[in-house]
Amino acid sequence: MMLEVMEVKKSFDGHEILKGIDMTVNKGDVAAILGPSGSGKTTLLRCLNFLEKADSGEMIFDGEHFDMRSAKRREIARIRSKTAFVFQNYNLFLNKNVLNNVTLGLMTAGKMHKAEAKDRAMNALEKVGMADKASSYPSQLSGGQQQRVAIARGLAQDPEIIYFDEPTSALDPELIGEVLTVMRKLADEGMTMLVVTHEMEFARSVSNHVLFMDEGKVVEQGPSAEFFAHPKEQRSRDFINTILSKNGNITE
Amino acid sequence: MNDRVWRILIDSFPKLVGYAVKVTVPLTVLSFALAMAISVAVAFIQYAKVKVLSGLCRFYIWIIRGTPLLVQLYLVFYGMPSIGIVLEAFPAAVIVLGFNEGAYMAESVRGALDSVNVGQVEAGYCVRMNYLQIMTHIVFPQAFRVAFPALSNSLISMVKSTSLAATITVMEMFRQAQVINGRVYESLALYTEVALIYLAICTILTFLQHWGEKKLARFGGNKA
Ligand SMILES: Nc1ncnc2c1ncn2[C@@H]1O[C@H](COP(=O)(O)OP(=O)(O)OP(=O)(O)O)[C@@H](O)[C@H]1O
Ligand SMILES: [Mg+2]
Repeated sequence: MMLEVMEVKKSFDGHEILKGIDMTVNKGDVAAILGPSGSGKTTLLRCLNFLEKADSGEMIFDGEHFDMRSAKRREIARIRSKTAFVFQNYNLFLNKNVLNNVTLGLMTAGKMHKAEAKDRAMNALEKVGMADKASSYPSQLSGGQQQRVAIARGLAQDPEIIYFDEPTSALDPELIGEVLTVMRKLADEGMTMLVVTHEMEFARSVSNHVLFMDEGKVVEQGPSAEFFAHPKEQRSRDFINTILSKNGNITE
Repeated sequence: MNDRVWRILIDSFPKLVGYAVKVTVPLTVLSFALAMAISVAVAFIQYAKVKVLSGLCRFYIWIIRGTPLLVQLYLVFYGMPSIGIVLEAFPAAVIVLGFNEGAYMAESVRGALDSVNVGQVEAGYCVRMNYLQIMTHIVFPQAFRVAFPALSNSLISMVKSTSLAATITVMEMFRQAQVINGRVYESLALYTEVALIYLAICTILTFLQHWGEKKLARFGGNKA
């Protein structure tokens, strides 16, 4: 087991956004988090990486137990050293070229030597097909290319798990494929991934586990094949149906 | 123009340029360095929302921006001695000019810091960078680029503001022009001459600004 959280709660301005989330991600899992807008998916992911501090909750990460509310700076650093986070809008460092976007964290936080950092970065960029753009600046790249660089930046951290928050939803339709291809490749290589997504096809064909969230709760979770074939809860069924009627069907 | 006026202009020119080099430029450089340090500190305190200090910073900006520079110079140089703070004219001018422009520059820098989207800061945290590393490698370099035109503007404005130091007895270029004029009574010619020297300095700075902006632009656009 890679990650388990229990009873994660989080409020903003008196509104409870996460109402006690329990969830498990096993090593090698590709888990998809689905759910309507505003159900708390992003907030959950941010709490897992301590970009947001949960009001309460416990986490077992890589065999170690943490209190999500009161985790110490050093504990957070330890968790972050084993995770990577891919944002909806990439968040590349705009004053750094592609190569330096990937090496910056390795060299500053990781105290790695330049040559080694560069090696690692080029490896990661190779993996996402962006090695030939190493000296470009983010503003010179398409959204799909920026997102692939962002994935490389995460990969270079050598993470145990990668969190993705709707990695393709800011992209023009014709650019979504290249990012999903990279993610598929990572999944095939056994990378553990937790992916908030509206891409049903991706959730169905790549993820092996689905969590369906609504109004701050996990309404249903289980193997994705089962979830899509026989959703147990009415809310899951409604959700799948509305998405399908919007995006066409999901036959292979 | 007759020969006499020409001679006055030609004789005074090296003197005025001498004072520009010896006094006006150093006064500008020192005041601007002080303003720069103040503005970065004040802007950062507000950006990082440091308690109490943020309030103090807002108070400072409010006072400075709400009162004339000339009045500030008089207060410090002529007013403060009566509460036991006696400053020489030149350091008094540096302090007042620095604190004055620093308030305006702090607003430019704060706006520039705010313009760097927090997503990049979070991305920095996710690759385990700490606050200081994120500030020095990501936020400040980008903010500097955004603030550069406004800061250049402040520098150019400060060159001209140094002439006000004449009113608190600093013997700088403009005061020197006044002194010469007191002997020869050629206001139009002399003050035109001094205006042209200010113009020349500011023109050089404008060129430097454009050169700097081009340099900075090489690091790609600021598209999100
Ligand atoms: N920093 C914040 N301050 C106040 N409210 C917030 C904050 N972050 C999120 N919220 C609120 O929490 C709720 C859940 O937000 P969240 O972004 O987690 O939803 P989501 O499931 O990711 O939605 P989407 O599919 O639209 O991305 C929303 O109502 C949002 O307005
Ligand atoms: Mg979201």
